[in-house]
Amino acid sequence: MTTPEIGIGSNELPKKNNVWDHFVRMAKRQPLGTAGGLVVLLIAIMAVFAPWLAPYDPLEANFIYMLTPPDSQFLMGTDSFGRDLFSRIIYGARTALLIGFTCAIVGSATGLALGVASAYFGGYFDLIMQRVIDVFMAFPLIIMALAIVSIFGTGIDKVMIAITIPFIPRCARVVRSSALAVREMPFVDAARSIGYGHLRIIFRHIAPNVMAPFLIMLTAFMGEAILLEASLSYLGLGVQEPTPAWGLMLQGGEEFAESAPWVPIFPGLAITIAVFGFNLFGDAVRDALDPRLRSQ
Amino acid sequence: MYSYIVKRLLMLLPTLIGAAILIFILLRLVPGDVCDLKFGGEGSYADPEQIRQCQDRLGISNPFYIQFWDYMVGFFTLDLGVSMWTNQPVGYEIAIRFELSLQVAIMATLTSVVIALPLGVISAAKQNTMVDYVVRAFSIAGIAMPSFWLGILIILGLLITTQAWFGRSWMPPIIYTPIWVDPVANLSQLIWPALATGYRYSAVATRMTRSAMLEVLREDYVRTARAKGLMEKVIVNKHALKNAMLPVVTIIGIEFAFLMGGLVVTEQVFNLNGLGKLFVAAVSQSDYTLTQALVMLVVTIFVLMNFLVDMLYAWLDPRIRYS
Repeated sequence: MTTPEIGIGSNELPKKNNVWDHFVRMAKRQPLGTAGGLVVLLIAIMAVFAPWLAPYDPLEANFIYMLTPPDSQFLMGTDSFGRDLFSRIIYGARTALLIGFTCAIVGSATGLALGVASAYFGGYFDLIMQRVIDVFMAFPLIIMALAIVSIFGTGIDKVMIAITIPFIPRCARVVRSSALAVREMPFVDAARSIGYGHLRIIFRHIAPNVMAPFLIMLTAFMGEAILLEASLSYLGLGVQEPTPAWGLMLQGGEEFAESAPWVPIFPGLAITIAVFGFNLFGDAVRDALDPRLRSQ
Repeated sequence: MYSYIVKRLLMLLPTLIGAAILIFILLRLVPGDVCDLKFGGEGSYADPEQIRQCQDRLGISNPFYIQFWDYMVGFFTLDLGVSMWTNQPVGYEIAIRFELSLQVAIMATLTSVVIALPLGVISAAKQNTMVDYVVRAFSIAGIAMPSFWLGILIILGLLITTQAWFGRSWMPPIIYTPIWVDPVANLSQLIWPALATGYRYSAVATRMTRSAMLEVLREDYVRTARAKGLMEKVIVNKHALKNAMLPVVTIIGIEFAFLMGGLVVTEQVFNLNGLGKLFVAAVSQSDYTLTQALVMLVVTIFVLMNFLVDMLYAWLDPRIRYS
């Protein structure tokens, strides 16, 4: 007698999805987002393994090789100090990631705390907070950053402050509007009625429920921070020589546009690809978090 | 409606005063003032007496509250004072550059609209197809590319192509000519920065158009239009686009406001003598009067633009107007 083969009879379990399968499925659903994730990963690898990947010392000037065009010895050519551009771009990933992550995380986390607190406490606290945010938001990002940089001076740590501060009110504004809705939920009343403190309610009960807008702002800030740093360094007000930083490498690049076009081209390409990757990745995060945009 | 407009206008005052206070404090926190920089810059010997006289003359040695009071009185009577660095009236310093910045901002906004609207609509109508991916990649690239780098690339491209075609390289003119004096010279200078920034800002508007269109295309009335057998082209261009325009108008208005003051880096690349470059110079020279006036100009344009956009929104959408 033969029994029909049905699932229960066979002693083979359904095949477990391995990491690769997950990856392939994600790549099919979110091709752009996956590409962005890969770019971010690549930059992270460049930053972590820079000493092993870079063929030359990024700081070592070698005046024999000034402005050498790209060849087999110097893959991307050399700058006006004879420094290898390829090595400087690899090391520049460290600066970009440090600034991108630190500014985005600190800026948006502070914004999250302020935004949720503003929505939770309401009343005069909220009113004053919102007016202060209005003031900060009325300044274009670059103008605010320039004003702050002129107070603190140049250098990588000061630039990070100048980039982080304008992010805080932007995130706080977005988070607040979501937190206003969460505040009205019964579970917040419940938490209050069993006597939890304000801090606990803000961080344990409301903050986790506004993660979607928070993460969207966070990922958007990463690319923006890298761009702002590049702009400030290009103006000579950001990271200072000899630190390898992409924006700094573009400084004076238009002077070389004719004689040594590789000097402005490669660092700019590095910035574009990095920000491109962060933005694609951020978009995928937003799509995943916003059910209305999720495609069927 | 009128009381609403008046109320909204009054609401702008705290923001403006707040911005004035903020920039006033920020500037005073910067180490060294304009007199230190003028007489003691570059490590040269500075006569303390000379610096003190300069500070007295400019009123920097006055207590902060008196300086702030003078500044506020000046702001509300539209008397912007004299630049501490050049001794020219601030109004004059701004006026000679305002035209250039305004023209670049208008041209860049137009560029961005011309790119953004068709691309956004196509991208939404063909969601999740190859066309959509290409458009999205194109617009994200616009956000990712530093506009000053795009500027450098444009200059490089001009040099190479003119060299190849005409045998000698050509660069955009550096001296600004008003458009009514010589339109060709004017446009050949300003079209490039307008393209570089316009592309960047089009990216944001394209994405906004796309997501607004996607939302509208899922509305019931669009389904009705399809059900009654209208052509897809008519549905998209006539029925959906009109309603999707609202958020796009907002974003374009706000971008325009930012373009008026935010072209700091692009002006550097193209060597344009506009408001952005003036701002960088004013900040680095600790020129309090000029920096304060410039910031207040940018902030005022920004809040007024926001206000106008809100009003336009209410005017375009009856649901907002009557609620």
